[in-house]
Parts: sequence; structure tokens; C-alpha cells
Amino acid sequence: MSVTPVRIQGGAVSIGGRPVLRGIDLEIREGEFVVLLGANGSGKSTLVRACTGLLPTTHGSLHLFDTPIGRFRDWQRVGYVPQRASAGSGVPASVWEVVASGRLTRRRLLRPLGRVDRRAIDDALETVGLADRARDGVSQLSGGQQQRVLIARALAGEPELFFLDEPNAGVDVENQQALADALRALHARGSTLVTVLHELGPIAPLTQRAVVLSQGRIVHDGPVDAAPGTVAAMLTGHVHHHGETDVAVTFAPQLSAPLDTPPEEAR
Amino acid sequence: MSLHELLTYEFVQRALIAAVFTGFAAPAIGTYLVQRRLALMGDGIGHVAVTGVALGLVTQLSPTWTAVAVAVLGAVAIELVRERGNVNGDLALALMFYGGLAGGVLLTGLGGQSAARLQQYLFGAITTIGRDDLIATMVLAAIVVVVGVGLSPQLFAVSHDVDFARVAGLRVRYYNLLVAVLAAVSVTVAMRTVGLLLVSALMVVPVATAQQLTTSFRRTLGVAMGLGVVASVGGLVGPAMVPSSTVVAPGPAIIMVALACFVLTWPIGSWTRRRARRRAPFTDSAPQVHEAAESHPHRHAAGCGHVAVVHHDHVDYVHDGHRHAAHGDHYDEH
Repeated sequence: MSVTPVRIQGGAVSIGGRPVLRGIDLEIREGEFVVLLGANGSGKSTLVRACTGLLPTTHGSLHLFDTPIGRFRDWQRVGYVPQRASAGSGVPASVWEVVASGRLTRRRLLRPLGRVDRRAIDDALETVGLADRARDGVSQLSGGQQQRVLIARALAGEPELFFLDEPNAGVDVENQQALADALRALHARGSTLVTVLHELGPIAPLTQRAVVLSQGRIVHDGPVDAAPGTVAAMLTGHVHHHGETDVAVTFAPQLSAPLDTPPEEAR
Repeated sequence: MSLHELLTYEFVQRALIAAVFTGFAAPAIGTYLVQRRLALMGDGIGHVAVTGVALGLVTQLSPTWTAVAVAVLGAVAIELVRERGNVNGDLALALMFYGGLAGGVLLTGLGGQSAARLQQYLFGAITTIGRDDLIATMVLAAIVVVVGVGLSPQLFAVSHDVDFARVAGLRVRYYNLLVAVLAAVSVTVAMRTVGLLLVSALMVVPVATAQQLTTSFRRTLGVAMGLGVVASVGGLVGPAMVPSSTVVAPGPAIIMVALACFVLTWPIGSWTRRRARRRAPFTDSAPQVHEAAESHPHRHAAGCGHVAVVHHDHVDYVHDGHRHAAHGDHYDEH
């Protein structure tokens, strides 16, 4: 009997008392590649955060793998790729270390990494094409490469269901292609993928189903090419809706010592 | 006095042991504080712990254990305030910090204890550490090191990316509280060595030094712990070697040694970072228009002295605000 990775019925989510999502009915079947589209503020990131348990639903029901999310404990089946803003921190971390932290879902406390763990980490780095950068510091990588590190981190836990939150934001064309290749490889292995996108770009040919949100409601759910005008335009990249600016910002975390001059002056 | 003679004194031996344990423990937890950008949290806990010490002095209980208790309570309170992410959170923390410091000093006076006694805890008095306090220091420091290193995969993940850790099923809140409690414990461990007012420095400065030289978290943690020992032993033994007519307090000396290490390594770190920045590959696509550089007698090549930066399938040479890419017999502006 096959399970349903994600099922939401009448779901609603509020943030700080303000309703953000309303009347969400969504079922994602095994092996599907679903893109969540919509303008800024339409609630697509909120939907992903609700599905990963980061935000509570205020109404309706949300099941992961046929288990109500409140009782769901099988988190190693879920991989989450947040928006890139959190790739850097106050202390240097190597690419390998960040990817290795994705293995925590399958590790017991106080046990060293086993051979299986190490192989999973190496495979994950291989899949995103960063095996040769494993020893480098994460903050030394470009934005697109950091995004791929976060995908590898989710991959290292060998989940069945992936949630990706705008993996393409601020990523240059070449890296978007590398990213699409990594997602294609995941999908080919039978993983279920749910990804929030601002524009389809090179991912377009991979997906069979687009869920379009507008003002907190699902306004389209079906094949990508049958989506409303805005989405069709996003496919070809002709629409520059509001919020364009924050897509263009490349967030490059920077490590520096108290006495350093900021990078833009040091050039 | 030679080092050998010095080591025959029991109080020196005790001080050395305390220094080694403290030097290991303080940066072990300090690394996580720096990673969360909470470098000053140790300082806050130190302020709160002053009240704990005063309580111990006044009630004739062991100031070490009352300090541990009050510091842990304070650290948990700080963490809970931080967790709520309240806009006024930092104000709440300020109230707690200065309340702790003022309360401690006031209590000491009310209890009829001399300020000099409190001073031992404020600025450290490692050479007066007794046997019981030494054992307490060793046990607490060992706990901090074992937990800080043993749980490093989990603590790293939680400090690095809270959302990811949460989705990975980690009990983020417990780990956050654990870091706060460990920070409180290492504050009290370091209290006898460098004093409550300088505690934070021993937790954080070795980490700042280590990250000038490292690109990985584990190595930063290890190097910081090593540097912590170097600083605390160096600051203790160094002053003992100078003529006895000069008075050098070990606590501040330890911090000065730690800072000296930072000052020595910072230029190296600064240079490597600037180098990495200048050589980071260009990710923009090649320009659509073909713009040839004006007369350019110099021929760029590997080692020609100009910064070479990878740009897709070729190399741009950067000089005088231009990016030159070879194109046949001339250079293009990229």
C-alpha cells in the first residue's frame, strides 16, 4: 500500500494572529515533483514551513506519510532546504561539516560517524557537484554553491520527501543549471520533491505539477503549462512582479575579525 | 626563581592544574556562543554570578556552588528571554546583568564581608585556590569539555541553522538550554582563574584567534581550546618569572596573553581573507557587447603580478579597475 507523503485538508496558518494561508487542500503523492509558485507574500514559503512543522496550522489537518504532523517522529524521511540566508555563522564551518550535520537525523547521541554515514555524505557532495570543495569553508563559496551545500545537507540524511524554499534565489544561471541537475538526480531516484520557486528557470522541464498560490489560497493546481498567465510568463521569464529586488540580492555571509575593513571598502 | 623551584610549591601546582582545566573548558563552550553571535553572553552570566558569590560569602556556604546555582538560573533566564526574540529582550538582559552585579556588591557589604574578598572573584585569585575548589573546578571543567565536544554534532547543527535542526527532529530548545547551562558552568569554572569580569574574554578571545587560521568548525574548536590552555598557563607562569618586586595579577595577565595571540594571528587571517575575496570567481555572464581594451602593451600570464580571477571558462586579469580577458591578439573588457 502506498503512502501519501503530504496531505493537507482545509489547512490554515496564521503568523502573529494574522491569517496567511486559508482553505489549503493539497495532496502530494509519492515520487511527484511539485513546484509552488506565487508572488511574494502569497504564502508559498509559509506553506513549506507549515509542512515541515516549523509553523503550526490553526485549522484543518496536516498529515506527513499518513501520520498527523503532531505525532510525526520519522523526521529522517523529510529533508528541508531553507532559504540560503543561514549558510554562514559566527564561526567558520567547512562544506563537509555542514553536509555532515544533515546526517544527524540518522545518528544516535555520542556515536561517531560510521562508514555508511561517511558514504552518504560523500554521495551527497558528489550529487551536487561539490566533492572537490569539501574541505573549504562555506563562507568562501558563491551564493549558488552555498545553496547546493544546503541541498547536499538535506540529501545526506537520505530522506524520501524534500522541501526546498526558493533554491534559485540569487543564484546565477550556471549554478541554477547545476542545481536543476541535482534535483533531476533526486527525482530519478524516486524522491518526492516540493519546491518553492520564484521563477522556473532550468527547473521547468523537470516538473509535472504546479501549485500556484495567491493571497494565501491555492488558485491553480495542475500541469505547469495550464497554469494562469502569470505562471506561463514566469516560465519564459517575462514577468518581473514586485519583490524582484530581493531575488537579485546575493547574500554572501562574511566572516571577519573585529578590526577588518568591510569587504566593499577593502576591494 | 626558576620554573623548577616554582613548581615545588603546592599552591603553584594547584594553580597550574586549575589553569589547564579552565583553559580547556572556557573556549569549548565559547565557540558555540561565538557561533550564535552571543559573544557577550558569558559576560552577562558573569555579572549575574556576582550575586551568587555574594550569597555564598554572606551565608558562609561555598561561594563556588552558590555561584554555579545562581549563574545557571541566570543563564536559563537569559536563554528564555532570547528565545522569545522580544524586541525589548536586550533591555531585559541589561536589567538582569546590572541587577546581578549591583546586588552582589551590595549583599557583600550588608553581610559584613570585605570588598577584598569579593575582589578575588571579580578579578580572579588563582594562586589562592584551595583543594576543594580545585576539585570542583576540575569536575565542572571536565563536564563542560565532555559535553561540549561529545555533543558537538548536535550543538553545531542547532547553533548553525535552527530551522534545519528543528526539521531534523532535534530538540532545539533543550540544546539551547544546555548551551546556556554549560556557559554558566564554565563561567564559574573560570571565575577563580580570571575573575567574573574577565570570564567572557577567556571564552571568546581564543575562538576569535582560532578562526583567523581555520576554515572548519571542529578545528576552530580544537585550536581555541589549545589556545585557551596556552593563554591560561602562559599568563600564570609568565608573571611568576619576573622579579618578585613587580606585582602581576595572573587573571588579567591570562587575558593579555590571549589577546596577544589574537593580535599576532589577525594579520594572517586578514591577509588570507582579502586574498580569497579578490580571487573569488566572477559569476556574472560574459558581456554581450564586445569591448576591446585600449592599447595594452603588457601581456598577462600566470604569475604576471596581476590578480587572476576565474570567470567561467577563462581567466580575467584585474588591474586598475579593469577586468581583462585575452581574446586573440588583444584583451577584452569584462
